[in-house]
Amino acid sequence: MTILKNDMRYIRNSDDIVLIRQVVREWALMIQFSLVDQTKIVTASSELARNAVEYGGGGVLYLQIVSDGIRKGLKLIFEDKGPGIADIGLALKDGYTTGEGMGLGLGGARRLVNEFNIESSVGQGTKITIIRWK
Amino acid sequence: MEKIPILKMGKYLLVTIQVDMHDRLAMSLQDDLTEKIVLYNARGVLIDISSLEIVDSFIGRMLSNIASMSRILDAETVVVGMRPAVAITMVELGLDMKGVKTALNVDMGMKMLDIFTGKNDEQEKLNDHSEE
Repeated sequence: MTILKNDMRYIRNSDDIVLIRQVVREWALMIQFSLVDQTKIVTASSELARNAVEYGGGGVLYLQIVSDGIRKGLKLIFEDKGPGIADIGLALKDGYTTGEGMGLGLGGARRLVNEFNIESSVGQGTKITIIRWK
Repeated sequence: MEKIPILKMGKYLLVTIQVDMHDRLAMSLQDDLTEKIVLYNARGVLIDISSLEIVDSFIGRMLSNIASMSRILDAETVVVGMRPAVAITMVELGLDMKGVKTALNVDMGMKMLDIFTGKNDEQEKLNDHSEE
């Protein structure tokens, strides 16, 4: 996979979630995602950015436009140095939450993208990588 | 702090969300709206989300909360103007917005509110239905 363009943004507080949505939409437009695909990746980003703020105490988003030789995609890496997730399987389950949300963030975000990978260790933080291909 | 305007239209309240909603704004809308329902004795609330480019789980929950709160205050809520791409995404996200009534546009939403608030029997029946 080649990286055609990359950048990063901080996710410090809930106001930054709005900025994350805007930058992800800009990048989705750069590779001409359809309106539905734009909406899906922006919504997934909103969920993951909020998780980074609520559970991770803030984090970083790395944006990449990638190519696998045939197609382009938008790859987003959400990283935080929060408490980490003890049971990833449980965290991905719809309706499960340790916070005040509806427990749709992780599982829902996974359904909105083509590739979803989560790495987390307790005490170290969480790194979630998503890709939506064009 | 910026606020989402709430307009009084007869016995209804009209809320047009025209900004990208950050979380605090969504929370303050809940508070303002419940206050205005009581202040104006409003029977219905119409929330126009046609400018919203996304509805994530936070905004979805806020809309559900508003519908539940206003129902307890004896006002019906209708969410209108949802974009098709938003509807598709919400379903995949898993948001079912239980108890939130929707209409395609403000006109249809108004008609819906007239029906809900005009006929009491009808309203009771619909309430029972959405309870389960």
